[in-house]
Amino acid sequence: MDSLLAMVEGFMYPNEIELQWSVLIVLYPYITGLVAGAFILASLERVFNVEAVKPTYRLSLLTAFAFLIVAPLPLQLHLGHPERSFQMYLTPKTDSAMAMFGFVYLWYLMGVLLLEIWLDYRRDIVLKARSSTGFVRDFYRVLALGSDNISARSLEIDERLGRFVTIIGIPSAFLLHGYVGFIFGSIKANPWWSTPLMPVVFIFSAMVSGIALVMLLYMVVSWLRNKEIDMACLDTIARYLLYAFIIDFSLEMLDLIHRMYEADESFKSLDFMVKTRLFTSQILMQIIFGTLLPLGLLVLTQITRLTVAARKNLYAIAGVLTLIGIFAMRWNVVIGGQLFSKSFLGYTVYKMDFATREGLLPAIILMVAPFFILWGLILILPPWWGEEEEEEAPTSLPG
Amino acid sequence: MTVDRRQFVLTSGKYLIMTGAATRAFEHVMAGTPEAAPEYSVFDHWWAMAIDVELCIGCGGCVRACKQENGVSLEPFFFRTWVERYHVPEGDIEHPMVDSPNGGFDGFPERYRAGDGSKDFFVPKLCNHCAHSPCVQVCPVGATFESPDGVVLVDKDYCLGCRYCVQACPYGCRYIDPKTHSVDKCSLCYHRITKGLTTACCEVCPTGARTLGDLKDPSDPIHEFLRTNMVQVLKPQMATGAKVYYAALDGSVR
Repeated sequence: MDSLLAMVEGFMYPNEIELQWSVLIVLYPYITGLVAGAFILASLERVFNVEAVKPTYRLSLLTAFAFLIVAPLPLQLHLGHPERSFQMYLTPKTDSAMAMFGFVYLWYLMGVLLLEIWLDYRRDIVLKARSSTGFVRDFYRVLALGSDNISARSLEIDERLGRFVTIIGIPSAFLLHGYVGFIFGSIKANPWWSTPLMPVVFIFSAMVSGIALVMLLYMVVSWLRNKEIDMACLDTIARYLLYAFIIDFSLEMLDLIHRMYEADESFKSLDFMVKTRLFTSQILMQIIFGTLLPLGLLVLTQITRLTVAARKNLYAIAGVLTLIGIFAMRWNVVIGGQLFSKSFLGYTVYKMDFATREGLLPAIILMVAPFFILWGLILILPPWWGEEEEEEAPTSLPG
Repeated sequence: MTVDRRQFVLTSGKYLIMTGAATRAFEHVMAGTPEAAPEYSVFDHWWAMAIDVELCIGCGGCVRACKQENGVSLEPFFFRTWVERYHVPEGDIEHPMVDSPNGGFDGFPERYRAGDGSKDFFVPKLCNHCAHSPCVQVCPVGATFESPDGVVLVDKDYCLGCRYCVQACPYGCRYIDPKTHSVDKCSLCYHRITKGLTTACCEVCPTGARTLGDLKDPSDPIHEFLRTNMVQVLKPQMATGAKVYYAALDGSVR
């Protein structure tokens, strides 16, 4: 740790030299953003009747769920006293932004996402339980929570209730991620964070990252299943990605221009930081390769007539770049916000460990884990359950 | 009324669980109680500190005394109080040169020569014990709190170690204690002031640059200090209700 001292430039308050929030706290807004974004994509079909994205509806929900399960883990791992985290539920301090995390999280997990997934899958779970034997039957019976009624009337109730949950789910997804933005945006001590735009920027960047992720997953899953990609669906998703991206980028530029024009006491310090220690992650990774390039590619697909293969390739490249760009954005917010001194007189560095509790290794594991969870979820609840059945036996439903 | 065995077990079980829960809850309530000092009433005091910048000679005695008194880690990243040296080129208060080697623990090696129109001075820093503390506001479990006598304290046994308060403090006064993994900061030597003593840093200051003051005590010299000096708090634009008052504070100090 002493080597840190040699890397400090200018003056830091002595307690500031060591960074408080590590790469794990970068993952937290990144992962919750993917959750919120994936959910909002799913709700496009359900609430706004964008029929074209239907093939990704269930995949979006399962993706959101897989990432939501992992979302609190980086926080938990980062705490000095993880064993006390339960106190946030028992004795929350109501005027602390962070105290509400557990409640917002639980509400979103139990009140929205699980309920919506269950309602949407209930018919298929019941059918699976009926057509299976032994352990598999018991397993799906448990998943059905004892329900066995799939009459037309009960399915209609499922549908209406599901739609209602989704309608509540949209503001909830906004709340989940806007709230993460508020945690940073409400810190007046830190000018890099303190802006009322922060929650809004977080919401739109969440939509961008979530849509990009589901778009990529849909392409990968189709390829693994050896199925044709529904290009109408993919084109529509890419178009929504472009729209969300334009709003997100405009908001971030507004923030930047506003800071540059105001040039308050913190500006010189922040400007210097962006041009030096944050140059790679902010200018290169976030703005040029993570935003302008994918935006350009997406615009290209809109204004030219490209072949299906070319569009697929461009979408794939744009999607990957977008995910990298949004990760860089989270990095620049969380890490960047701690690299400069609150005295505006100096800069420190972030040294990431590898195999420590808050090192790179656990970060990689936490980032890979949701994909394994998603894989498991897809095995248990295949998003294409209904499709196969419709193809094989287009008869009326039993029940 | 007859009570069968089943009912009896259920009812007594409930009472047992409730008693246990109540005991746990009471322990948590008591965990935030100031250290026992029978003669001391929290409602009779409102603590503050007066610092005269012109009197500080940068000896670092306060930093050493604080670390010893409060068992603060000796590594150069953990300070409940520290001293900064300012070197301000003539007329350029926006670009001071500041250093604080090891927080001033070892004093300051000579660095600047007089006579080039610049000015040099020392600024002792510590928790400002804000009346509207941003750190207290953000704590998710209330482990850090403002006591009724105006001291911002931390309940180490309740702190989650989430570090949100460290981010929220505009003055850089908080750190994570490497031994306890809970947050730590200046407690204004609460264990001393509640027994009628002054803080360790004020006790050892050879020039009287820093003095503890009780704003609720009409005879406390801090009243004269505030009346006879032009005083300022750090970063007044943060509106935190800081209670460490500086006399002769230069505009370059942040």
